[in-house]
Amino acid sequence: MKDLFRHHETFVLIILILVSIVITAINPSYFTLENLFDLLRNYSFLGIFAVGVTFVLISGGIDISFTAIASVAEYIMAFLVIKYGGNTMMAFMIAAVVGTGLGMLNAVLIYCLKIPSIITTIATLNIYYGLLTVMSGGKWIYAFPSGFRTFATVRVFTLINYNGASYGLSIITVIWILVIICAWITLRYTTLGRSIYAMGGNPSAARRVGFNIFRVQIFVYSFMGFTAGLAGFVQALVLQTVAPNSIVGKELDVVAAVVLGGSSLAGGVGTISGTILGVALIAIMNNGLTLLRISSFWYNVVIGLVILLSVTFSSFRHRLSPRGVNRLIGEIGGKP
Amino acid sequence: MLEKDTNLLINMRGVSKHYRGVQALNGVDFSIAKGEIHCLVGENGSGKSTLIKIISGVEQPDDETVIEIDSQVLQHRHSIDAIRQGIEVIYQDLSLFPNLTVAENIALAQTISSESRFINWQQLHKIAEEAMERVQVQIPLSKLVGELSVADQQLIAICRALTSNVRLLILDEPTAALTRREIESLFRVIKDLQIKGIATLFVSHKLDEVLTIAERVTILRDGTRIGTFLSAEMNYERLTFLMTGMKLQSAKYSYKPSTDRPLLEVCGLCKYGQFSEISFKLWPGEILGITGLLGSGRSELAQALFGMNRPDGGEVFIRGSNVVLRSVRQAIAKGVGYVPENRLVQGLVMQQSVGKNVIITTIEKSIRNLRLLDKKKVQDTIEHWVTALNIKVPSIDASVQTLSGGNQQRVVLAKWLATKPKILILDGPTMGIDIAAKSSIHELVRQLASSGMGIILISDEVSEVVNNCNRILVMHRGRILREFQTKSTSEEDVQSFVNNTD
Repeated sequence: MKDLFRHHETFVLIILILVSIVITAINPSYFTLENLFDLLRNYSFLGIFAVGVTFVLISGGIDISFTAIASVAEYIMAFLVIKYGGNTMMAFMIAAVVGTGLGMLNAVLIYCLKIPSIITTIATLNIYYGLLTVMSGGKWIYAFPSGFRTFATVRVFTLINYNGASYGLSIITVIWILVIICAWITLRYTTLGRSIYAMGGNPSAARRVGFNIFRVQIFVYSFMGFTAGLAGFVQALVLQTVAPNSIVGKELDVVAAVVLGGSSLAGGVGTISGTILGVALIAIMNNGLTLLRISSFWYNVVIGLVILLSVTFSSFRHRLSPRGVNRLIGEIGGKP
Repeated sequence: MLEKDTNLLINMRGVSKHYRGVQALNGVDFSIAKGEIHCLVGENGSGKSTLIKIISGVEQPDDETVIEIDSQVLQHRHSIDAIRQGIEVIYQDLSLFPNLTVAENIALAQTISSESRFINWQQLHKIAEEAMERVQVQIPLSKLVGELSVADQQLIAICRALTSNVRLLILDEPTAALTRREIESLFRVIKDLQIKGIATLFVSHKLDEVLTIAERVTILRDGTRIGTFLSAEMNYERLTFLMTGMKLQSAKYSYKPSTDRPLLEVCGLCKYGQFSEISFKLWPGEILGITGLLGSGRSELAQALFGMNRPDGGEVFIRGSNVVLRSVRQAIAKGVGYVPENRLVQGLVMQQSVGKNVIITTIEKSIRNLRLLDKKKVQDTIEHWVTALNIKVPSIDASVQTLSGGNQQRVVLAKWLATKPKILILDGPTMGIDIAAKSSIHELVRQLASSGMGIILISDEVSEVVNNCNRILVMHRGRILREFQTKSTSEEDVQSFVNNTD
């Protein structure tokens, strides 16, 4: 029990439950399987991004450009699939390859130019997005092949509600779940995953101990790019249209969800379970405000407050623990 | 010499290394026998770290160098070769990962070198347990390393070295942040390892420690080897002389009272859990030493006098008037200066230039009309202090992190002297810097005191306070236990009193 309270996740979970109770008390249609599956489908997009961002934050970096990567990947995918034809698998491959490639380019730039990752990715955000706008002329793309359209409606299992409408676990959510499982195994059970933590915790020590920093960095940003490409693919599945400007601007929502889940911007700290909870909290609050018929303009205010509260609370706990101070000093001393 | 001995683990002849025109090492012969405890001493810049880097394969020596390991001549060694040859370095910063568990920190390096793609947590814990058994320590495996004390972190670093087939352990300044008791247990671990045939190369500034632990001592000065000696045939004075090439004067500081009005008077100052019933006076021209074991409350007291740590009760008088110190700004205004213990963490902005670090406390005095900076004045102030304190820098725009420890400490001093304090609190001013730099800082402190400043010198090195202060207060568990007049005491008296407080 005591151990449980050492984890940031526990607190996010408690907030999550409290918020859920409040919403359910006011609008019972919140606490239904139908709403749950709906949320899972709608937030897979954000959730896939969040997994990639978690990797980057743990490694001690940050990536802002992922929305631009997703836009580019999505657009190229849609363009090629519609022009030359292709099945859903092809579309997926195109998005993944484009995303991974652009992510890898980020890593190479950060490593070779030795510029902080935030600056580099702000620059590449503008470059990727700017090129996309110029090349596409801002044109929307419709008319996906029919296979693409039917794939989006696939459900792993289907239930029928009392009105006769069907709902169930969407294939889109399954994509997110697969990403989560891969990410979790990577972080917990592979040398590469632990290297990411090590690099974020103490980069100079990681180099000395013999980690290949460049390789880890390449992996982290490529993976971020891969998840971005995947998120672009998912977005296209959900909306069945592609607008070049529909994703850029959501960066901070994603980073907010990941930070809510306990990842530290200073690097070295973060878990996949925390990120899932962070995404869930964002999703539920957004959904809850809608169900409570509160203007969506309040959404940002509420999210901001929740981030402040949760992160303050978490760092306060650290300060209270007797070793917290030492640790803080250690961190400063260890990373001049 | 022990050359041609098959007992030698590593034998290096004519080790030279130059960097862009600077000769860091010049024809140094150096050897370590199997299972030997060897100490390497020398001033900053004498080439110690370069030698360590060459032994550990981080740096490549110049061509004429011969390195033999197990009587085999080897060339083009890299870190990974050194590790395979059983050479492990534990750097001062320990290179641990605060966000990973004890088990991972110990076992991870081995996992990487085995090049396995997956982590087997059970095996990880087994490796860590075995390593801890070898040094006979018990630290919970799933605890985060960032939550451990520095001493425990050091043991973790040693355990990590033991997971590979280590035969030579290189410890760079391992005792800098440890209490006396922790140092003793570290020494026990080193002796234990020796029984298991593991040699240790120990680099330290604290010569008394060197003489306690080492079998042989190698002295470097200006990149050349002065000699290698059995430590049984060495003593402190001779070692100092060989290291610095000069006899250091150690006359005690004598103080002549000039006024009957104290500069600072502290009455019954207390803070719950830190210190209590602290009362003392400080006269102008005095150097008052405060010593005691780590955790005796001395640094907390110093911070209270500097407005960083608000006391619960008691009074402070500066030049007769009662003052309440609530902030650093107030303390500076009342003429108090403070040089903190850990200059790296509290005293300097490491990435910034020497000049900016010096001017930081007095920048307000250089502001002209329209809130603009008077560049000329800033420049003059900086140059004045850099010259006055003889800070050796290529340029005042060089960043502080490129300076040696002694020069960094001078920059901190300059920064506080620029505020023209009447009372200067020095907390461990010579921690981790070499002897020559140390004695020049002591010289400077004496000059400042004789110009009428009142100085409080806090240090855990008894010899430092005995030789440089006219009075000493011994603190223990937040109280002042006893006052010594250094004129009528010897270092041994004070040392044995301090040891017996525990």
